[in-house]
Amino acid sequence: MIKYQAAPYPFATHRIILALIFLIIFYFIVTELRWDWLPKYLPKLWQGLWVSLAMLFSTVILGFLLALPLGLVQVTGPRYLGRLAAGFCTMIRGTPLLLQLWLIYYGLGSVMAQFPELRDTWMWPYLRQAWPYAVLALTLSFAGYEGEVMRGAFAGVPRGELEAGRALGMSPTILFRRIWLPRAISRALPTLMGEVILQLKSTPLVATVTVIDLYAVITRIRQDTFITYEPLLLLAAIYMILTGLLTLLFKWYERRVPSMGV
Amino acid sequence: MQWLSDLANWSLLSLHPPGWGGVLLKGFAASITIALGAYTVGLLIGLWGAWNKLFGGELTRDLWGLYTTTIRAVPELVLILMLYFAGTDLVNTVLKHWGYEPIDINGFVAGVLVIGIVQGAYATEVLRGAILAIPRGQLEAAVAFGMGKWCILRRIILPAMLPFALPGLANLWLVVTKDTALLAVVGFSELTQVTRQAAGATKAYFLFYLAAGCLYLSLTLISTWLIKKLERWANRGRAQ
Repeated sequence: MIKYQAAPYPFATHRIILALIFLIIFYFIVTELRWDWLPKYLPKLWQGLWVSLAMLFSTVILGFLLALPLGLVQVTGPRYLGRLAAGFCTMIRGTPLLLQLWLIYYGLGSVMAQFPELRDTWMWPYLRQAWPYAVLALTLSFAGYEGEVMRGAFAGVPRGELEAGRALGMSPTILFRRIWLPRAISRALPTLMGEVILQLKSTPLVATVTVIDLYAVITRIRQDTFITYEPLLLLAAIYMILTGLLTLLFKWYERRVPSMGV
Repeated sequence: MQWLSDLANWSLLSLHPPGWGGVLLKGFAASITIALGAYTVGLLIGLWGAWNKLFGGELTRDLWGLYTTTIRAVPELVLILMLYFAGTDLVNTVLKHWGYEPIDINGFVAGVLVIGIVQGAYATEVLRGAILAIPRGQLEAAVAFGMGKWCILRRIILPAMLPFALPGLANLWLVVTKDTALLAVVGFSELTQVTRQAAGATKAYFLFYLAAGCLYLSLTLISTWLIKKLERWANRGRAQ
């Protein structure tokens, strides 16, 4: 019989049994598997976690700042800048992030190596490291996806609100700062929050260009200790906790701002 | 300007060795095949999952919820690593336990299954939403006519949910074509991996990564064009 089912009672019997089964599995994982490496590598894990989070937040902020003009010029013009921005978004969204990352790291890196005059500048200590390239790639990727989102958000702000602002004698700058931008951001926020979680899940890719993030630390542990699964389980658990925390944070914020997404 | 002359050295892209063009195209074909396979697996899992999440018993629904939440909370790269290595290991352990010889699991099959399982979680949510968007009366009418489960699925649910599901499913197709690149990390010879080999061998990094980017982009653009046509077809006879 086809019937939509109601949501089960939170403490239904099967859920309690499920929870017990998971507790037993958890107990088994903690006691039966090998975790003796954990204390030794704990400082490195913290450092890796910090690098991962720094990657996430720096690229989300930088990428969002870049996405604002990318979205705006597609709505207001001039036409050729809008085309350019749309082309950039299509290019970023149409190719894998891993490929972009490698293009920037290996490609740009190999070009830099052919300009010996760069070595005497203040930039060289940064250009020699991997993380600036990782930040650049992740930022451009986030900007590409969010440029598209912001285009929709800017275009979706009701005309009447902008006209009302103009009728009150607001200059274009004030109108943008007080009405258009905040309304567009509040419209885009639910999408943006989802994209932040997607970005979190993209950060382990930076390990492939030698940035020592959480994933790289776990890989290192696996190579050092020849333990295959335990570090990976820990890694998955940490990412699940991070995703859960971000989701909770966003839900809390969504409740606080009831007009969001309208 | 060594790098500019490298970039202009298109003979590296010629289809026959010493050019790497043929290798790239082979990798591209492997990427597309994996994407198609994984997408099919994901759709089947998604359909099964959406059905169970909507009409299943309490325990079934909770288990499917657990699957979709877990998969969507862990990075694809980590999942691929875990499922790719742990999965093949598990199969061999089970085989050994039952007294069979361990088998060498084909990288292609493993890749398709792994990405398919990841896609399945997302597809479940897309299809669940699409089925929920079907006006309830249509399902009730089908039940009232005495249609069986399969008949309702085939004649009512699948065609009626299609317009609602297409945007999400189209997005998933674009995601899966890009997710295949992650198999490069486990060493499978798809487009990104062979590009890395070509670039490493010739040192023409820009040229090869840009060439691979163009291939991926062309796939996305052609897919988008086809999807638009498909959406127009699925929405025929519907008020726009």
